[in-house]
Amino acid sequence: MLALAENQPAPAKLGPQAVPAPSIIRMEEVRKVYDTGKVKLEALKGVNLDVTKGEFLAIVGPSGSGKSTLMNLIGCLDTATSGRYVLGGDDVSRVTRDQLAEIRNRRVGFVFQSFNLLPHISAAENVEMPLVFGGVPVKKRRDRSRELLERVGLGDRMDHKPTELSGGQMQRVAIARALAMEPDVVLADEPTGNLDTSAGGDIMALFQELWRGGSTLVVITHDPSLAKRAGRVVEVRDGRIVSDERTENRPG
Amino acid sequence: MRDLKVVFHLFEQSSRLAKKRAFLTIAAIAWGTVAILLLLAFGEGLKRQLDSNRKAMGENIAVVWSGESSKPYKGLPVGRDIKFRIEDIELLRARIPEANFAGEIIQWRTSLAYGTKAVNSRVKGVHVEWGDMRKHFPVEGGRWLSALDEKEKRRVVFMGDETAKDVFGTTDPVGKLLLINNAPFTVVGVMQRKVQMGAYSGPDKNAVVIPISTFKAMFGRDQLSNIVVQSPKPGQMKGILRQMNEVLGGKLGFDPEDDRALPTWDTVKSAKTNMNFSMGIQIFLGIIGALTLLIGGVGVANIMYAVVKERTKEIGVKMALGAKARWITLPFVLEGLVYTFLGGAAGTLIAVLLVTGMGFIPSQGNRVMEFLGKPTLSPLIGLATAGILGVIGLLAGWFPARRAASIDPASTLRYE
Repeated sequence: MLALAENQPAPAKLGPQAVPAPSIIRMEEVRKVYDTGKVKLEALKGVNLDVTKGEFLAIVGPSGSGKSTLMNLIGCLDTATSGRYVLGGDDVSRVTRDQLAEIRNRRVGFVFQSFNLLPHISAAENVEMPLVFGGVPVKKRRDRSRELLERVGLGDRMDHKPTELSGGQMQRVAIARALAMEPDVVLADEPTGNLDTSAGGDIMALFQELWRGGSTLVVITHDPSLAKRAGRVVEVRDGRIVSDERTENRPG
Repeated sequence: MRDLKVVFHLFEQSSRLAKKRAFLTIAAIAWGTVAILLLLAFGEGLKRQLDSNRKAMGENIAVVWSGESSKPYKGLPVGRDIKFRIEDIELLRARIPEANFAGEIIQWRTSLAYGTKAVNSRVKGVHVEWGDMRKHFPVEGGRWLSALDEKEKRRVVFMGDETAKDVFGTTDPVGKLLLINNAPFTVVGVMQRKVQMGAYSGPDKNAVVIPISTFKAMFGRDQLSNIVVQSPKPGQMKGILRQMNEVLGGKLGFDPEDDRALPTWDTVKSAKTNMNFSMGIQIFLGIIGALTLLIGGVGVANIMYAVVKERTKEIGVKMALGAKARWITLPFVLEGLVYTFLGGAAGTLIAVLLVTGMGFIPSQGNRVMEFLGKPTLSPLIGLATAGILGVIGLLAGWFPARRAASIDPASTLRYE
């Protein structure tokens, strides 16, 4: 394991034998109201969610159901109007913008539908970006980005710019970037949405592999084939969780 | 320290973009810098030239004329003519030793002739000391009037350069005999050309000067047209003029407080007015230059705004990856500062080259240049320009950066 933080205490990690598995995400009666001045839109109407370490969770639901809002809250891109949200042991319900940025940096790895790689820097530099924000020294950054790109099968594309890569390759760079800081949770928003079937299949296989490796994955998706591979499927409708089912899938 | 590392890292990455745009922005700032520097340099040159033109008449001098009493004094009525004579100069020198005094008598429209050429000109009889005070310096080969000339009432003449040319043309006048009212005078010197701004009774180049003793013997006048006073330091002039009023008031019979008795032109006092005027021009030019530079700054800010808009998504991504607000803003501020600094450096270089180049244009005989002077850069101008550049650079980066920091990552990342 890499010592990532220079001055920060390492995120609290429980021992591998801890039973039952510790809760990574714990949401209690979380509500989110968008106040546009005239109209108040209640996007989440009291969500309770508990995700334990090592789970592969798929969040499904139609457009406008509130699943994007839920993803923003889980990813600490936004804060809840009311309720409590504990991520990896930290209560993130009421924190400052900078603290939120730090939590995102250390605890969440994002994978987006449109990849969101920075176009003018190389694949390796993209992977290093969270490490830069995390204060990791240059040498360790280099080693880590090489290791991760090799792991996603792009060891020979380190110095390529995103524009020189295919969609599937870009998403693999994005996944490597999401893993850079060894986050508590990898949060993916429609990761196969912009990919053709074969590249999408590769990405799904990669997620499967991460799950096997012990990562906690939360995937928001419309894609039934991806949802089918998850260990647990949560359906969101009209700002509420309407079903929460475990599947037969196991990481092995 | 870690902040700094992150900021420089991000700045380095984003500076690889948009080379052409960066160049144009830098050019705009360079242009503004050239404008402000040249305007201020012209202002400075003008100021110095005005100063030197003004000093061509003499430094720290005052000219005192005879007037009319306007206050009764010891039973004497008002309206008496106050007249001073050559001997009064001796009195003033004895009583006020720290100052220089010289008398001047003018004979208007006197005929000067050499060979077949004859003109009418002013003839001045002056004390020997007058030459230094009034900056009558001889062209090489000639000399100014001497104490011996004065003592022996020699018939020698020192000519203003233009009058010398009128009479002698291309011939060297020194050593020739000039007929003044048909009396032969030896020309001992010709005045060095000077650009003179202040003058009374006409410019120095259009007159000829003879010893005051010779003048008295020839024209039979010893009543002075005016007295020239020089104080050792500008600050002492006021006191010296007051003492002079007391000395002459006692002798000639007027109230020393009577300011109509001796009308005076104190060039020290008018120099202050002139300095204020020059300063006013400097400030005016500076403001025009600063506005030009400001337009460059607005250009930088505008481009930075465009960059922020263009990179909105990128900024959102960085925020999602854990960038703090200041890591987003500071690279923009730095970018604005770097553009401004590079532009300022380029502009300064161009301005210095231009000003240096203009320094090689000969100003001798060029009347415009003689009056306007040569553009001159001074440390103060550099400091002022650097200050304005710094402020503009900071602001040009700061406002766009603030917009960048206010980006909400959640709304920029969701979908295409």
